[in-house]
Amino acid sequence: MASARAARPEPSGAAGSPPTARPRPGRAAHPVLDLLGQRAAVGVFTLFVVSVLVFLATEVLPGNAANAVLGRTAAASPAALHRLEAALHLNRGVADQYWLWLSGLFTGNLGHSLVNGQPVWGYVEPRLIDSAVLMGVSGVIGAVAGVALGAFAALRKDGWFDHITSVTALAVTALPEFVVAIGLVILFSTVVTHLLPGVSLLPPGTYAWNAPQLLILPVATLVIVIVPYIQRMARAAMIEALESDYVEMARLKGVPMWRIVLVHALPNATAPTIQVIGLNFLYLAGGVVIVEYVFAFPGIGQGLVNAVDNRDIPVIQFIVVLLAAFYVFMNIVTDVIALLATPRHRIPR
Amino acid sequence: MTVADPGAAAAAQPPVDRIRRHQWLATAGQAVRTPRGATGLGLVSFVVAVAVIGPFVAPDPPDALLTYPFGKPSGQFLLGGDFLGRDVLSRVLDGGWLLLLMAVTATVIGIGAGAAAGLSAAYLRGRTDGVIMRTVDVILAFPQLVFALLLLSILGPKLWLIVLAVGLTHAPAVARVLRSASLDISERDYVKVAELQGMRPAAVMAKEILPSLSTPLMVEAGLRLTYSIIIMAGLAFLGFGQPPPAPNWGTMINENRAGLALNPWAVIIPAVVIALFTIGTNILTDAIGRVALGVDRRPEEAALVDDLAPAEGGVA
Repeated sequence: MASARAARPEPSGAAGSPPTARPRPGRAAHPVLDLLGQRAAVGVFTLFVVSVLVFLATEVLPGNAANAVLGRTAAASPAALHRLEAALHLNRGVADQYWLWLSGLFTGNLGHSLVNGQPVWGYVEPRLIDSAVLMGVSGVIGAVAGVALGAFAALRKDGWFDHITSVTALAVTALPEFVVAIGLVILFSTVVTHLLPGVSLLPPGTYAWNAPQLLILPVATLVIVIVPYIQRMARAAMIEALESDYVEMARLKGVPMWRIVLVHALPNATAPTIQVIGLNFLYLAGGVVIVEYVFAFPGIGQGLVNAVDNRDIPVIQFIVVLLAAFYVFMNIVTDVIALLATPRHRIPR
Repeated sequence: MTVADPGAAAAAQPPVDRIRRHQWLATAGQAVRTPRGATGLGLVSFVVAVAVIGPFVAPDPPDALLTYPFGKPSGQFLLGGDFLGRDVLSRVLDGGWLLLLMAVTATVIGIGAGAAAGLSAAYLRGRTDGVIMRTVDVILAFPQLVFALLLLSILGPKLWLIVLAVGLTHAPAVARVLRSASLDISERDYVKVAELQGMRPAAVMAKEILPSLSTPLMVEAGLRLTYSIIIMAGLAFLGFGQPPPAPNWGTMINENRAGLALNPWAVIIPAVVIALFTIGTNILTDAIGRVALGVDRRPEEAALVDDLAPAEGGVA
């Protein structure tokens, strides 16, 4: 598979294609800026398409939102339907509706939840902050632990530590998040011991950092789920660096081992590892949905599940677009950092 | 291609005369004979057996209220009662087959759609390639679970829709892998010969290129099956699965976790069965990847390392 990709004859010039595959002699002075511009353009386009799709899908396909919200409670009277349609701008054309919604995304005027009448932004904002804390803490802990475990396994390749971690990683990557979460609840807060709170219900008006003990189990779940990926990637990258000619050279001229690892090998193992860490932040954006639900942690994941349950369309639209934006943004950031971390790719060819 | 041929990915450079008619069977056979492959196959077979034979040997009807809510295990009810007092053992035995069937169907849909898209993109190039890969980018902008939730929120939680949604979310990733795997195969001489003989593009793709992709297809199928189960059981856990009275391993975990302190088995057993299956498929896939690629890395890792060094003449 490796050489298949290397032999790719034609750069497709878009997300997913290699950054170096666009030799353009005249203005190749800043490959990083070049890549950034190109990725940003593709990203904005992708987000635009995403927003149109999300909007069309949720607004137009299933009858309409007014029917959805009234139909849930009782048979809707035509008058009530009309009032609600007017409030939701459903009596306007599709393009108008989309424009209203899109401009709302930028001005923060996103309308109101169909379920509790709260403004969408007011409902989502505290959840967004709590989810960001959860993801950030899990991502950082997972990255550090994963890289350390991976590098250590690579240094003792085929040793007992390597074998144990590789088999464990294989098993753990296959575990669904909710199985890990339930396992932790069984171990630490119900059946076996009662050390930690098994429910992370935050009192209204408080944020995750006001009650750090509530974060322990959700963070532990996410860390357990992402560490194996990072560990495997860090290991693979490190082994590759350690087997390279320049490390061989350093060894032959008698550079001490710690210096080889820290100065020669590790920097060159950074780029692929950063990519996988970035991918894991992406993964976390989906993973929080289930983990937040299990622990009743009031983040956007739980907000999304509740909104889907209630067909609360404005909330669904906003959270989905938010998650997609995060996805696209993280993809770009990951690529650029990985490029910056690979010296040979910084030089224009 | 044999194991003694390290580094020769199916997509890389197996000479034409080595492509056998049932290459994938040989690869699978070799994989199953490795310790990992055997373990994986064992786990998968066990869970499949439970799911398939279970409904016929279940001691009680899964929906009957027979014991106390969260009743402790007893001689009559080996795993105790669930939150309504139904027999946990019977529900475990009954609650797997549909989940597995849905996961397999979603995997087949995902692999089929993804392979068709990836192959067409690689072979037809040009505008088709652009359109397909940009569509892939857009779908990949959603987390899989979020995309499935979005579809379900639009069209309502119907079983076929869950299958279709999960299958569709697999397709983009499959398309990417198969596109890159078939890019240089479509440049091979035997493909050119077929073209010169006047074969239609669809036939070239199906008869000349597809057979060389058996290894990436198998590895992808294994990966996607693992993810299918994870996502489907996850959706069921969130309440988007079979409607309530029906037993389902994912649903059971959620229904019964309120009574963890009373009868933990109602949660532990379904969780363990799901875990055994996903671990089994993952280990088996890993074994196939190792045998076929001869690389001490998972395919997705190889792809990542590779993406960063596209012009250096390959990494592995």
